Amino acid sequence: MFHYYLDLALRSLKRSPGLTVLMILTIAFGVAASMTTWSVFRAVSGDPIPWKSSKLYVPQIDMWGPSARGTNTSDPHWGDPPDAMDYGDAIALMRDHRATLQSAMYMISPAVVPTRPGTHPINVSGHAVFSEFFPMVDVPFQYGSGWSAADDERRAEVAVISGNLNDKVFGGGNSVGRTINVEGRDYRVVGVIGKWNPQLKFYDVVNTGGFYVDQEDLFLPFNTAIAANMRNDGNTNCNESPKQPGFVGLQQSSCVWIAYMAQLDDAAAADRYKSYLTGFTRTRYPQWAPNVRLHDLPDWLDYEHVVPRDTKVSLLVALGLLLVCLVNTAGLLLAKFLRRSGEIGVRRALGASRMAIYAQFLTEAGVVGLAGGVFGLLLTGLGVASVGVVLPKEIADLARVDVTLLFTTLLVAVVASLLAALYPTFRASRVQPAWQLKSN
Amino acid sequence: MTLPPILAALRKHKAGVVLIALQIALTLAIVCNAIFIIGQRIQRIQRPTGMNEGNLFLITQMWVGAPTGDDQASGDKMDSLLRTDLAALRNVPDVESVTAMNSIPLLNSSWTNGVSLKPKQQHSTAHAAFYFGDENMLKTMGVQLAAGRAFTAADVQHRSFRAEDKPPIIIVSQALADKLFPGGNAVGKSVYIADNTEPSTIIGVVKRLQVSSADTWTNDFTWNTVLEPVRLNSNFSRYLVRAKPGRLQAAMKESRAALFAANPMRVIDDSAEHNSIRSFADIRAKAYRADRGMAILMSVICVILLAVTGAGIVGLTSFWVGQRHKQIGVRRALGARKIDILRYFQTENLLIAGGGAVAGIILAIGLNLWLMQRYEMDRMPVLYVLAGVAVVLALGQAAVFAPARRAANVPPVVATRTV
Repeated sequence: MFHYYLDLALRSLKRSPGLTVLMILTIAFGVAASMTTWSVFRAVSGDPIPWKSSKLYVPQIDMWGPSARGTNTSDPHWGDPPDAMDYGDAIALMRDHRATLQSAMYMISPAVVPTRPGTHPINVSGHAVFSEFFPMVDVPFQYGSGWSAADDERRAEVAVISGNLNDKVFGGGNSVGRTINVEGRDYRVVGVIGKWNPQLKFYDVVNTGGFYVDQEDLFLPFNTAIAANMRNDGNTNCNESPKQPGFVGLQQSSCVWIAYMAQLDDAAAADRYKSYLTGFTRTRYPQWAPNVRLHDLPDWLDYEHVVPRDTKVSLLVALGLLLVCLVNTAGLLLAKFLRRSGEIGVRRALGASRMAIYAQFLTEAGVVGLAGGVFGLLLTGLGVASVGVVLPKEIADLARVDVTLLFTTLLVAVVASLLAALYPTFRASRVQPAWQLKSN
Repeated sequence: MTLPPILAALRKHKAGVVLIALQIALTLAIVCNAIFIIGQRIQRIQRPTGMNEGNLFLITQMWVGAPTGDDQASGDKMDSLLRTDLAALRNVPDVESVTAMNSIPLLNSSWTNGVSLKPKQQHSTAHAAFYFGDENMLKTMGVQLAAGRAFTAADVQHRSFRAEDKPPIIIVSQALADKLFPGGNAVGKSVYIADNTEPSTIIGVVKRLQVSSADTWTNDFTWNTVLEPVRLNSNFSRYLVRAKPGRLQAAMKESRAALFAANPMRVIDDSAEHNSIRSFADIRAKAYRADRGMAILMSVICVILLAVTGAGIVGLTSFWVGQRHKQIGVRRALGARKIDILRYFQTENLLIAGGGAVAGIILAIGLNLWLMQRYEMDRMPVLYVLAGVAVVLALGQAAVFAPARRAANVPPVVATRTV
């Protein structure tokens, strides 16, 4: 029976090619616009580390007290603690070591001096972290590994470098054991990172602003970097100006510039950690009531508004466009179906049931939807390829066509046209056979 | 032309009428808001920073293995490195003037702080972005002095990047001066920066100078800027350079060579992604890249939307013309002129589109309110809605013209034929 309906549908569509093309184009453009914006939205709102994001937590503690709160009480974040840590608190949390894995970290961008003659020094981005950072965020190593907790303690001059930096400085290969000159000091390479360059630097969204073009090329031990006077390259927020000048003054101040991440394996551990944070804050800041937060990673990315607002608005507007296309298709299908009232009358008079009419016309709509979907797929491909023209590189690079996008596009196209066809088909099924036969 | 017959005919195909009206309403709602977004973005992109932006470029460089600049001795050492660079740049033939600055408008590297009228005020009077530079700062940027005087060489101090910020004298932007002293005449008045207890005296006011970022977080203080006569010493430095007219590319190239000649132990990247020497036009383009993208995207969506709606009207009206072929023939046979038939379809479309537009106005305003609440959009001026109404009505008339003319060309003889 389906073959018969398919045959009827194709004949009918061929009979009015203009209207058919119009409907296919409408569906195609509507679907392509919404799928292109969705591919971008999906890319920026996706979980950067889906297998363990629910175990990664970011703590916030209030080191500034109630007097630091602004006047804008309508701000949804009003009364929340700062979103980074000062040096003293970060170090004290690290010393207590209450989570399964944890690391304080800060952004660095030192100069690296290549050993090859005739090359100028290069500027690299990276983070100063603790040894547990690498297992915590699952950094894959091509050669070697991270450093040990003992290296953290004794401020060992060791470094983990990216494959990219390894190529630039050493020309690739296993460089474990070689030395790299950073800001005039020699560090021993202990690990070379494999393919790992998350576009969203989820471990430190405060300083990287979330989507950050730069590849992270260098990781040094936190304590070593502090001892080497290696300044932070990210944001510094102060409630009070540091009392002492220089980087040492910053470390002694309540200015916040350090990101912190902890791995807690289940909800019970998170609860225990939160009550530990409360106690920690009460001891350190007895002057005011403890004010702490503990966000898991997805929650934290949401809190920090990592997904650009424009991306959401674009998606909404594109969905609006799809809705208009749906209404448009419904109008065109209605015209097309009702023009064939005579044919419907004959079929009904010859014994076709209402269900049969439904099946016939929904098949026709489905064919239109599928054709629209296939064409829409081409347009989506074109759209995703050209988002680079429209969006900043760091976001555009994330959007890509994959199997999910392919199937979603086709599915949305077919479902949209079936939805659009519901009312026209209902009207078609209501055609009175007797009337049509008489009027002819 | 009387309306009753048109209304009677419309009642015959309610569903089609409702669908077109609904489509027009949705189109209107989306198009108004999209055009509003486009308008806002274009306004943002085009606003001048207050600098004379042509022929300007910025160099960001880093010394390798340099002292920290934190203590007095190393601070002096860093400052001499800085002054060597400035001298080297000044000697480049295509360079007109040069200054060392911490940041410039739109660079997205910001130093912001509160400015208060009294010391230790709990909440500052205004928030502002701070620029630190030498006596050539105003001249190189090309900002216009509205009152008071510019910095002289004698005013300029140097200090570590992280040392306390206690400038005895400052220059402020007109916007900040107005905010601090609504009565006017800010020159000579004292203000307190951050939690300073020592006052800073305003010696000059510049007409307009934008803050160092175009991001949304600076929206509340876009034009509040403070200039300090300070050379900041750190392991990196930035030089704002004004090239001689028309010599921008040459000056950029020569500056790089001049700096490496003065001191090779430094980082000046020249890769595509990390260029240390960038023209201001490039910095501006990057700062507004997302806004430009949003405007383009919204324009594309508007065009598709209007095209789809226009095509939908053509399709449905064509169907109606076909359906009423015979009736049109009868009317023509009874004496209606071609123009009457044309008018009929045009009026019919105007009625439907008008109905859709009324619903669309409500939807447009509703959508704007919702976007305001959820995504911190601004309130859309009524003008945009009115413009949107004009656009959809015009679109309806344009779309209906071809089918209506086909209807007008139906010969009266059709009336005598049976189907």
